[in-house]
Amino acid sequence: MLHIPLWKRIVIWGLCALGVLTAAPNLFYGRVEGHNDALVALERNGAMTPEQEAARAAWPDWLPSNLVNLGLDLRGGAHLLAEVHVEDVYEDRMNGMWTEVRDRIRDATGTARRIQSPPDELRVRIGDPAKMAEAIEAVRDLASPVVTMTGVGQSDIEVTGEGDTVTVRLSEAERAATDDRTMDQSLEIIRRRVDEVGTREPTIQRQGGDRILIQVPGIGSAAELKALIGTTAKLTFHPVVSRTTDAQAAPGLGNILLPSADVEGEYYVLEQAPVVTGEELVDAKPDFDQNGRPAVGFRFNPTGARKFGDYTAENIGQLFAIVLDDEVISAPQIQSHIPGGSGIITGRFTVEESTNLAVLLRAGALPAEMTFLEERTIGPELGQDSIDAGRIASFVGLAAVVFFMVASYGLFGVLASVALGLNIAMIFGILSSIGGTLTLPGIAGIVLTIGMAVDANVLVFERIREEMKTARGPARAIELGYQKAMSAIVDANITTFITAAILFFVGSGPVRGFAVTLSVGIVTSVFTAIFVTRLMVVTWFEHKRPKTITV
Amino acid sequence: MAFRLKLVPDETKIDFFRYAPATFGFSVVMVLASIVLVVVMGLNFGIDFRGGTTIRTESVQPVDVGAYRAAIAPLDLGDVSITEVFDPTFGPEQNVAMIRIQAQEGTEAVTPEIINSVEAALQAVDPSVTFPSVESVGPKVSGELIWTAIIAVLSATAAILVYIWLRFEWQFAVGAVVALIHDVTVTVGIFSLLQIKFDLAIIAALLTILGYSINDTVVVFDRLRENLIKYKKMELRDVMNLSVNETLSRTVMTSGTTLIALIALLVLGGDVIRGFVFAMTWGIVVGTYSSVYVAKNVVLFLGVKRDWSKTDGDSPAGTQFGKSGG
Repeated sequence: MLHIPLWKRIVIWGLCALGVLTAAPNLFYGRVEGHNDALVALERNGAMTPEQEAARAAWPDWLPSNLVNLGLDLRGGAHLLAEVHVEDVYEDRMNGMWTEVRDRIRDATGTARRIQSPPDELRVRIGDPAKMAEAIEAVRDLASPVVTMTGVGQSDIEVTGEGDTVTVRLSEAERAATDDRTMDQSLEIIRRRVDEVGTREPTIQRQGGDRILIQVPGIGSAAELKALIGTTAKLTFHPVVSRTTDAQAAPGLGNILLPSADVEGEYYVLEQAPVVTGEELVDAKPDFDQNGRPAVGFRFNPTGARKFGDYTAENIGQLFAIVLDDEVISAPQIQSHIPGGSGIITGRFTVEESTNLAVLLRAGALPAEMTFLEERTIGPELGQDSIDAGRIASFVGLAAVVFFMVASYGLFGVLASVALGLNIAMIFGILSSIGGTLTLPGIAGIVLTIGMAVDANVLVFERIREEMKTARGPARAIELGYQKAMSAIVDANITTFITAAILFFVGSGPVRGFAVTLSVGIVTSVFTAIFVTRLMVVTWFEHKRPKTITV
Repeated sequence: MAFRLKLVPDETKIDFFRYAPATFGFSVVMVLASIVLVVVMGLNFGIDFRGGTTIRTESVQPVDVGAYRAAIAPLDLGDVSITEVFDPTFGPEQNVAMIRIQAQEGTEAVTPEIINSVEAALQAVDPSVTFPSVESVGPKVSGELIWTAIIAVLSATAAILVYIWLRFEWQFAVGAVVALIHDVTVTVGIFSLLQIKFDLAIIAALLTILGYSINDTVVVFDRLRENLIKYKKMELRDVMNLSVNETLSRTVMTSGTTLIALIALLVLGGDVIRGFVFAMTWGIVVGTYSSVYVAKNVVLFLGVKRDWSKTDGDSPAGTQFGKSGG
């Protein structure tokens, strides 16, 4: 009656063993972490320092080494939620198209003049309104189809004409595609910048349409992180037209007026079209100029090097402005032809600033600006205090529950307590394997699971007690107990699981961590209660064959 | 015969519905009182929902709230609240305070300058002060978070309503959901009464309470469904009483173990999650109460279709899980 086939027994004990094995590294957290860091260093640099060798040896390679990630609230670090101004890119695109649009409209209608418009549109007054159809036709030739997941067909620009004005704007499909590209680029560049600093396991993920969540454990403060990723780092080199102290000066057509980064009240009039841009850099590193002041050395790729070389050869004696994020860092005079495409940027840098700038230039410019909607810094000591408090509370809670169970159900309580221990091990094992994150509310989730995990066992034990009164013999009572308690266990846990799933989908950060531990806890507690405890009860029963049982 | 701790005697015949109007009336009063409290006193919203900045300070010197306030006042940051935090887990030289600064007009992004100036001002008062955590939320995100929270609670309730309806009868679903609304309202009420900080983590706690309370309700419903089939001629009221009595020892046992574990965390878990754990502990108590005195009362008032066999054929609705698991 109480037969459980051998294969089932093997699977059940196998899963338990797997749970314990995958959870084990968490007991030696520091050691395993050192081991993993050493392996990462080996992969990155191809070599290890003696300390890293020792750290690697401290944990055997053949044992599982996945750990539960600690959330920011436990480990300390910085959390930022940034909003990317994806519209910025529309403006850039429109400005970029202007020359070509102008030429085509001019060819078709004689004259073309750009007039006032919202930044994401291009409005052109044409010379001869009668030739509107030709003008529109000419501009439409510039369009190319948008390639998206959902299909091809839409063109990337919309061209409309009204009166004597042609309006060009990006189509909806192109906007969506552009937004995606902007977000992907921003994510990539932020990732590169954060990686350059070399911290452990940063989280950089897109949230919704235009937001990016950045979590970096171990960094001192959110302000530090913001300085690193909040800078656009758009580097351009422009010919200088003139220098002025008048902030209101009219730069003239095709020129721009930009302030100096170092000298208050000094402005430069520059040609708007850059000679070369930071996109053509292949390397940047902190350096020193001939006077020993901090500077940033850079090197262009072949195309950039050629443009740079040609321009310097033709413009010896002229001023050449180096512009970073719309500020002129410096405007040195071109002394001689610079072949080879490398040089240095001088300015009033500190060593730290030049190092940072080099990092930013290497990683590349962000395609659009960002605003920060949320920022949190949690100190490592606070996290450690929370871990310690959570650990003590969990042990006390666990001890109390075990006492309660053993006092109430005797041997069956002991079995349920063993199952509870396995349950906790499996929670940690699963969290480690899926790369789950343990947060402070997550610890509360585990404590809650400790309390609730015994529920399924209690349901069964109470049911067995009841069945003992009517059933024929203990074996039948145990069987009926499990059978009849099942629907209550299933219903009760599915409803709890529903709330945990909803929490997971709507929550973020620590709350999501809580939802994960809670759902994992529900699954493991049902498994341990209806398989593990039952197997233990049956095994005990087979060995003892008692005539009566006391639950 | 081994010693057994028996919290509940083997057989109980407590008449849970003897005072049904009184207990239900009590629940209604509690819910109304909670609503009035929230309207009159409001909730002590954390920055998650209101925007702004909180700074946690820690120092070896005792916290001097007046001096802190005087140091920050010249910065002209609007509403600033400073509270000292006490906790049994703190060491003797550990003095902690929480400073909350309202969201600044016209800024979406949080400016590091403000935080730096506050930190500098406090360090001038007490050089040993450190800042273990600084959190800022802009008004845009906080507005969205409120909606997310409301949607989370509503969708969880709706999902449970549908599930119970499918597995049981609509009367059970209504009873369960009324009990859930009761639990959430009364929990929000106690947060208003005690003015405990209400933030995103508390929403997580509310959802957990929903999960726990429904767990409890479902276990008794399950037994009720079984007994309704077994005792076809018995009065509904008596069947319900029997079911609650039969599951009473399980209810006490599970609530007991869960409460013990949570109380350990409440006392020893530190101040950072105390609000969260408090919400859950309170919710377990309220949830256990409501599954008997709210959910069952509602089912009792609504009545239940007793003649299962006629419409549903041989197998009563939704008991198919019960036979599985061989």
